[in-house]
Amino acid sequence: MNVIIITGRTTEQGTLVEDKLTHDYFKSVNYCELNKEDFARMGLKEGDRVRVKTDYGEVVLFARKNVIDETHIPEGMIFIPMGPYANQVINPGTDGTGTPQYKGVKGIIEKTDENVIGIPEILR
Amino acid sequence: MILVKNGHVIDPVNGINEEMDLFIKNGRISSEFKINEKECEVIDAKGKLVVAGAIDIHAHIAARKINSGRAMRPEEFRRVRQKTGKFRAAVGRTLLTAPAIGYEYVKMGYTTAIEPATPSLYTLHTHEELDSIPIIDKAALPLFGNWHLVFKFIAENDIEKLASFISWVLEKMKGYGVKVVNPGGVEAWMYGSNAHSIDDLVPYYDVSVRDIITGLIKANEMLDLPHSIHIHCNNLGEPGNYETTVDTMKLANGIRNNRRQVLHVTHVQFNAFSGSGWKDMGSGTEEIIKLVNKSDNITIDMGQVIFGHATTMTADGPFQFDLHKLLKNKWINLDVELETGTGVVPLIYRPSSPVHSVMWAIALELGLLVNPDKNVISTDYPNGGPFDRYPYIMTLLLSRKYREKEMERAHKYLQRAANLPSIDIERTLEDIVKMTRSSPARILGMHNKGHLGEGADADVVVYDINPAEFNPDKYREIEKALSSALFTIKGGTVVVKNGKIAGDIWGRTMWVDATLRTTAEIIEPDLEEYFNYYTVNRENYGVEERWMRRAERIEVG
Amino acid sequence: MENVTCTFCGAVCDDLYFDGDEFRTKDFCPLGEAKFSRKKRIEYPTIDGKKVSYEEAVERAAEILHNSKRPLLFGWSSTVNEAIRLGVILAEKVRGIYDQCASVCHAPSVLAMIEEGIASGSLGQIKNRTDLAIFWGCNPVEAHPRHPTRYSVMARGLLTKGRADRKVVVVDVRKTVSALMASHFIQVKPGTDYLVFSAMRALMEGYEDAVPEEVGGVRKEKLIEFVEMIKSAKYITILFGLGIAHTRGHDRNVENVIKLVQLINRYTRCILQPMRGHFNVVGAGEVAAWECGFEWAVDFSRGYPRFAPSEFTGVEALLRKDCDAALIVASDPAAHFPRAAVEQLKRIPVIQIDPFPNMTTLLSKVVIPCAISGIEAEGTAYRMDGVPIRVKKVVESEYWSDEEILEKMLEKVLKLRED
Ligand code: SF4
Ligand SMILES: [Zn+2]
Repeated sequence: MNVIIITGRTTEQGTLVEDKLTHDYFKSVNYCELNKEDFARMGLKEGDRVRVKTDYGEVVLFARKNVIDETHIPEGMIFIPMGPYANQVINPGTDGTGTPQYKGVKGIIEKTDENVIGIPEILR
Repeated sequence: MILVKNGHVIDPVNGINEEMDLFIKNGRISSEFKINEKECEVIDAKGKLVVAGAIDIHAHIAARKINSGRAMRPEEFRRVRQKTGKFRAAVGRTLLTAPAIGYEYVKMGYTTAIEPATPSLYTLHTHEELDSIPIIDKAALPLFGNWHLVFKFIAENDIEKLASFISWVLEKMKGYGVKVVNPGGVEAWMYGSNAHSIDDLVPYYDVSVRDIITGLIKANEMLDLPHSIHIHCNNLGEPGNYETTVDTMKLANGIRNNRRQVLHVTHVQFNAFSGSGWKDMGSGTEEIIKLVNKSDNITIDMGQVIFGHATTMTADGPFQFDLHKLLKNKWINLDVELETGTGVVPLIYRPSSPVHSVMWAIALELGLLVNPDKNVISTDYPNGGPFDRYPYIMTLLLSRKYREKEMERAHKYLQRAANLPSIDIERTLEDIVKMTRSSPARILGMHNKGHLGEGADADVVVYDINPAEFNPDKYREIEKALSSALFTIKGGTVVVKNGKIAGDIWGRTMWVDATLRTTAEIIEPDLEEYFNYYTVNRENYGVEERWMRRAERIEVG
Repeated sequence: MENVTCTFCGAVCDDLYFDGDEFRTKDFCPLGEAKFSRKKRIEYPTIDGKKVSYEEAVERAAEILHNSKRPLLFGWSSTVNEAIRLGVILAEKVRGIYDQCASVCHAPSVLAMIEEGIASGSLGQIKNRTDLAIFWGCNPVEAHPRHPTRYSVMARGLLTKGRADRKVVVVDVRKTVSALMASHFIQVKPGTDYLVFSAMRALMEGYEDAVPEEVGGVRKEKLIEFVEMIKSAKYITILFGLGIAHTRGHDRNVENVIKLVQLINRYTRCILQPMRGHFNVVGAGEVAAWECGFEWAVDFSRGYPRFAPSEFTGVEALLRKDCDAALIVASDPAAHFPRAAVEQLKRIPVIQIDPFPNMTTLLSKVVIPCAISGIEAEGTAYRMDGVPIRVKKVVESEYWSDEEILEKMLEKVLKLRED
């Protein structure tokens, strides 16, 4: 499925930024949130993984259904908390501004059986 | 110990204009006459001009305003003045970095400068920047003219409370004196409007501009602070505004202080326009000059315009917005809760512009016709232009020939709209020493500065000018000599040699403590109430001396 | 201790209670509470993972910086101005690059400011006067949790007495938790903020015909209503976030909202406030501006400062392989830079100064632990509106502060330069 990727802060990720090398921190940034309909359409259940691919890289993440109500995330959009996982797929190009494009990156998402890797592996 | 030998000393405060030696010991001028030359660094100043370090009474050298200007104008920092090496790198065209500010001042023989507009809420920032400016001494004037608590005390007609508040603020902020910018007008700007005469009323509080100014003068005099109130008048930059300036000056009528003026009107050029619009705008200096010269309680500084780049920055929010609309240039605005506003707009003064040419002439009229004992050279840096062009202004005042030459570059509208072309006066070196040393020192109440008498701060400058052979027609040489001091000594340390930085030291930041004269108790309930409206806790508001690099507390009382 | 300042986010709340003996907090938000809790620390300085003394680590760091051609000195947003100032001077003296977290955060907003300036105000202007607060592309409830109560949505001020006196609008591409506190929520399509600002500018000036029936997913009537709401308000504050600055168009989007605000000021009063992230990211820019003229992306390789965001930001310098060593202070680029930039960071010697182990620690050669600013070390920080606030030392610590470490490092570097 084609998606627009948005990354950003969450409270959970924020409370753990000074505990980066903990399991809790990984958990706070290693997922993506999808619209409820998209989630169902892809046949996902909580705990399932998806592969997110862009022109700049790919990463396997846990899939989560949006939490508030149906307008929380519109269809065709996914949200990844800012952090090392999101950074595998965002656009490093800065268009001369010096700042990468962290939001609004086009990508593809598909269900996968692969596992979500840990942070030390990401750095390897 | 330093001995400056055989120089031609001009020191108007002590009536000296002759060849003599100066002896410097422990950072001060000493009158000892048994001197062992072998123990001294000897500077031979034979045939050279020797004067006290100059004082800039009004230059926006620190605070959020200039720093926002820097952030908005990276184009200003392509001029390299000094590479990194023994000293810091120094860059900037008209806006300078903090290291460049200190270095450029002392190269011209300036050893003290006053930051004239700090919003109290942001004053800790102001002190951090002042602390990063090398060598010179400095001080900052907090802004009072649009502060809600000031309006409240004025509405209650309670000068005693107002005085207590001023002394509370100066102590909290480590401020030196009382600055007033477009009183009432900046608060009106919070409602999208402005104040246009001294009878305009401030929204919500129903006090007039007139009440604010007189109230602040009275409170300042009740405290007898070293400096008087320091005002940027209403209607700045508007044709016909000289009338408001005259009205403002008249508010000092009948209030006296034996040591100094009771009202310092700053960068008067910007407030001395005649005319009803830009088409017939002209010089409105005549009445102002008359009034200042005959009063003994008013002083001014010039606010000279320099052709070329400048960055306007004032606490005058509505003026800055108007300028943004007029020039269609980029615009910074910063409304500061309960206290003041701020604006920044870049601008170029062009000799081809009739208005800019007249502004250039107006300031020179003030410089030539106002008594040098009541007048100070300034550009309102960086509003009128860079302070490193002060030697240019001094030379214009000294040399009629130079003025004529520069007038040829300016727009010919100046010939009609200004009085400058008919003025023959040439200021003397002694006049210039007054307008850069003794007058600002007296106006600011800095008694150890601006002269070379016993006990004065050892801020001494040697210029390559021989007063005995002074010829105003050689203006290029004069300007060059004034731009690059042979020696600048700051507090007894040689910091400039042959126009180059030779020593890097840290100057002091002076502040005035008047709390012995007042009691904060009477304003306690008001402070309690108004701190509900601040976004900073009262306990976290203000600046402690120990956070500053070299604070110097000046106690009055 | 009362009136403690929180050193987590750009809201820099200074009204908190913290008991340093028992690590007890009162009134903090969850983010602040996490900041003021006990956590795993870097225990001692290391070189290549081996324990060393502070002196040895600093000495080694100075050598690396001195011997490299063009080191990158990056981070700074979570330390105090006193340390930042030394960082800028250090960058000048080692002829390196000074860059700070803004370059992966609000730097596009600063670029827009370079083009247009910005009409802004202190946060008290929201509390005291604002009758219409607009949050655009930001999510304060999750990023600056106490902002709404202290400054913007519920704050009780002099003229605006509280929530009832204030309209609140949230504009975003998704309905965030922040949208729940708004009286109006406007959902725009991703990447269309620029168009919506343009449409609003046209409507402000009466060019209704020029605006199509739908812009960025928002119906024209809704936009007309929004513009009328703005025109009839007395004092508007627009608070914006990375939703504008981090999408395609970056600074151009911000420029357009700045222009909208300029225009609104011809009708009524309006200010604009970027929601800056880390507690002292503003200081990391301001200090650099007065020390060297530029806020970020500064190169000193020629002995004087030069500014070029397209070359000298941390990300660009790494992508171009333009730096041969790095000093990372109070930041974690290994976690927050794009993958390709992190690849380069792994190849060069990295020195880290930080209280906590993070992903950058894993690839650093020299690791120097420091006292936590605002808990174990004091100094000055600038809130998102630039208001300077002292952060305090409320807990004793054996760790050196950033300021002490950098002071020693600078001394060492100057000594090496002389030899
Ligand atoms: S809002 Fe920000 S500054 Fe205030 S307590 Fe929360 S994290 Fe700290
Ligand atoms: Zn001024």
